[in-house]
Amino acid sequence: MIGNLLARLGGSIRTFLSDLGFAARTFFMLLRASGGVLGRLRLVSDQVFFIGNHSLVIIAVSGLFVGFVLGLQGYYTLSTYGSEQALGLMVALSLTRELGPVITALLFAGRAGTSLTAEIGLMKAGEQLVAMELMGVDPVARVLAPRFWAGVIAMPLLAGIFSAVGVLGGYFVGVHLIGVDAGTFWSQMQDGVDVWNDIGNGFIKSVVFGIAVTFIALYQGYQARATPEGVARATTRTVVIGSLTVLGLDFLLTALMFSK
Amino acid sequence: MTLLNPVEIHDVHFSYGDRPILSGLDMVFPAGKVIGVMGGSGSGKTTILRLIGGQLRASQGEVKVFDQDVSQLSGTDLYQLRRRMGMLFQQGALFTDLSVFENVAFPLRENTDLPEELIRNLVLLKLHAVGLRNAAHLKPAEISGGMARRVALARAVILDPQLIMYDEPFAGLDPISMGVAANVIRRLNDALGSTSILVTHDVHESFSIVDYVYFLSNGKIVAQGTPAEMRASDDPFVRQFVHAQPDGPVPFHYPGRTLEQDFVLEQDA
Repeated sequence: MIGNLLARLGGSIRTFLSDLGFAARTFFMLLRASGGVLGRLRLVSDQVFFIGNHSLVIIAVSGLFVGFVLGLQGYYTLSTYGSEQALGLMVALSLTRELGPVITALLFAGRAGTSLTAEIGLMKAGEQLVAMELMGVDPVARVLAPRFWAGVIAMPLLAGIFSAVGVLGGYFVGVHLIGVDAGTFWSQMQDGVDVWNDIGNGFIKSVVFGIAVTFIALYQGYQARATPEGVARATTRTVVIGSLTVLGLDFLLTALMFSK
Repeated sequence: MTLLNPVEIHDVHFSYGDRPILSGLDMVFPAGKVIGVMGGSGSGKTTILRLIGGQLRASQGEVKVFDQDVSQLSGTDLYQLRRRMGMLFQQGALFTDLSVFENVAFPLRENTDLPEELIRNLVLLKLHAVGLRNAAHLKPAEISGGMARRVALARAVILDPQLIMYDEPFAGLDPISMGVAANVIRRLNDALGSTSILVTHDVHESFSIVDYVYFLSNGKIVAQGTPAEMRASDDPFVRQFVHAQPDGPVPFHYPGRTLEQDFVLEQDA
């Protein structure tokens, strides 16, 4: 009984380590194959359009609503201490440091990540990747690398848009609906937000999330079983693993960046 | 210098885990010929194509393509070798996000530095050869399965490969498309002076175009010869296959319990 349990546990750990090693190997293959992408920026820009543009609406709308909520909640909390004039600063810091990069990455995993996994998985199921190999074309260089770099580029742009729209949402609720002074709202933000410490660290976070989420999505598609069920499972894994990775990385990065 | 046999397979064994697929296979594919590889489902036909293309590696034996042992090649050398091959996949494997024109142009754009004007002309010529020049602007989703197979054929031969492999080129085609495909395969092979390997179930169409045929069963060659020799053969396997008999050396029923046992007409021992 205990022997079986230990054997199962050992088997699971072995499988996990083997999968992790394979993922690391694929990641380095992807980096090595990325050299060719530099000479063919059109492939990357097409994917930035595909990944970024198609996620734009969901990112902007989500940013707006998060901004609304921050405006309301921030005002209720700050007014308890008579500090409602700091509403602009609170909204901006929350968005640039945390909510912008994190929520964008979570939405990106759900919107663009699943789309990438399904696309690569279906290409595999339709023998398109094998066909490419037999034409003497490396699918990692031709298909995965442009999408990977497009995701890495698109993520900080989307996070920036999320934060900007969120600030406008907070402004609308705080200034126009609640009546906080517009000058105070903007001047507190201008004084309190540091370009390098706040916006810069938020940017670094979104780049790291971009690398993680896009790689997870591509890897899951590339490793998917070439069946409808296999693609469906891979898509689900993209969202689950991608989201948990983002939250875990956020904790690590926050501890590294903002600890005194 | 033209090789006498662009593909040679010597004593090849291959298995998926414990399940043997090919055992002790010896085959040669001479230059300029169209060679058929026939056999029932699961007999290992497609595995042979994958071994030649270097997607799979033989567990024992040698697969030589253009005088190079495929299993010994590095990744870069394998990609170089593959540029001398073309392959038609069973389902066409067209890139669904590209138009018919771009699908056929794909190997040219990826593997050559030809000017756009020349790429256009080459693509249109190949599409003309398969009767689809006027469908160049369509997406794969907008054409029929038979047309998709013809587009895939044009793509497979766009680089004028010295070796062309066809995986079930006639499956699911209507009689007209089937005749057209068979004719195109033969004409292309003769025009390019290539070697073609035709993996198929279809006896009628393939016998009209192949020069030589191998019959496979359970991963072994059970018969080989010209189509005329195969038609006249007394070999029970060849007779079953050529005359489409439901039962014979290749059983109709999956092996297991007998009908009598399942219906309790016969007691288990």
